[in-house]
Amino acid sequence: MSAMLSALAMGLLFGAGLIISGMTDPANVKGFLDVFGAWRPQLMAVLAVGMMATWLLYLLARRFAHPLAEPVFHWPQSTIIDKPLLLGAVLFGAGWAVAGYCPGPALVAAGALNPVAIVFVLAMLAGSFAQRAMAK
Amino acid sequence: MLETAWIAWRNAAIGGALIGLASGGLMLFNGRIAGISGIFHRAAEGSREAWRWAFLLGLIASGLAMRVFFSPDETASNPNITAYLTAIVAGLLVGFGTRMGSGCTSGHGICGLARLSPRSLLAVLVFLASGIIVTAVMRLTGAM
Repeated sequence: MSAMLSALAMGLLFGAGLIISGMTDPANVKGFLDVFGAWRPQLMAVLAVGMMATWLLYLLARRFAHPLAEPVFHWPQSTIIDKPLLLGAVLFGAGWAVAGYCPGPALVAAGALNPVAIVFVLAMLAGSFAQRAMAK
Repeated sequence: MLETAWIAWRNAAIGGALIGLASGGLMLFNGRIAGISGIFHRAAEGSREAWRWAFLLGLIASGLAMRVFFSPDETASNPNITAYLTAIVAGLLVGFGTRMGSGCTSGHGICGLARLSPRSLLAVLVFLASGIIVTAVMRLTGAM
C-alpha cells in the first residue's frame, strides 16, 4: 500500500516538474532542438538540475539496505552497447523532434485532455506493440 | 525579451529539481528507475506490478489537475488534420524507438546520467543528435 502511494506521489511530482519546466509545451521542445535556428537552450537546465538532484538521492538510497517501501532495489544491470540501443535512440530522437513530445510530457498532456497528445500516446502504444511483435 | 528568457531558465531549473526529487524518490522509496518509457511499455504488456500503474496514474493526474485548476483551455487552438497525422507518425517512432533502445529522456537522460552509465550517456547523445538533425532538416525543407 505504501509502495503504491509513494509511486503515485512520485508520478504526481514528476508530472508537476514537467509542467513547470516547460517540457509539456511542444514549442519549447522544438525550440530546444532547433540548435541551428531560433535556439532556446533553457531546457538544458531541466536535464542538468534533474540529473544532479537524482544523483544526490541515488547516493542517499545506496546507503540503505533496502528501499523505504519495498524489499529490494532494482538497479539496472545492462551495460551493453548494441545496435538496438543506438537505432532505438535515433528513432526516438526523430519522433521527439517531429512532435515535440517525449513519453512523460505526452502522458501529462494527454492527462490534460489535449487531443493531439492523446493521439500521440495511442500511437506510442501502437509503436510499442509493433516493436514487441518484430523483436520476436 | 531578456526577462522572458530568464523566467524560462528559472522554470526549467525548478521543474528539473522536482523531476529529480521524483526520480530519486522513486528509487529511495520503491527501488525503481523512473524510466517513463519502460514503465509505459511494461504496463502496455499488462504488467501486474501496481507501482507502475500508480506512477503512470500520478503523471496523468498531474496533467488533469493542471487543466482543472490552472488553464481551463490554454489557447483553445483547433488542431488540424496535419497536427494529428504528425502526432501519429511521431508517436509510432517514439513508442518503437524507446522500446528498442530501452529508454527515453527520463530513463537514459535523468536516471542513466545520474548513475553515470556510459550506455545511457551514449543513448542520450544519439537521441539529442537525432532530434537536432531532424529539426535542422525540417527547417531546411520548410516543414518547420
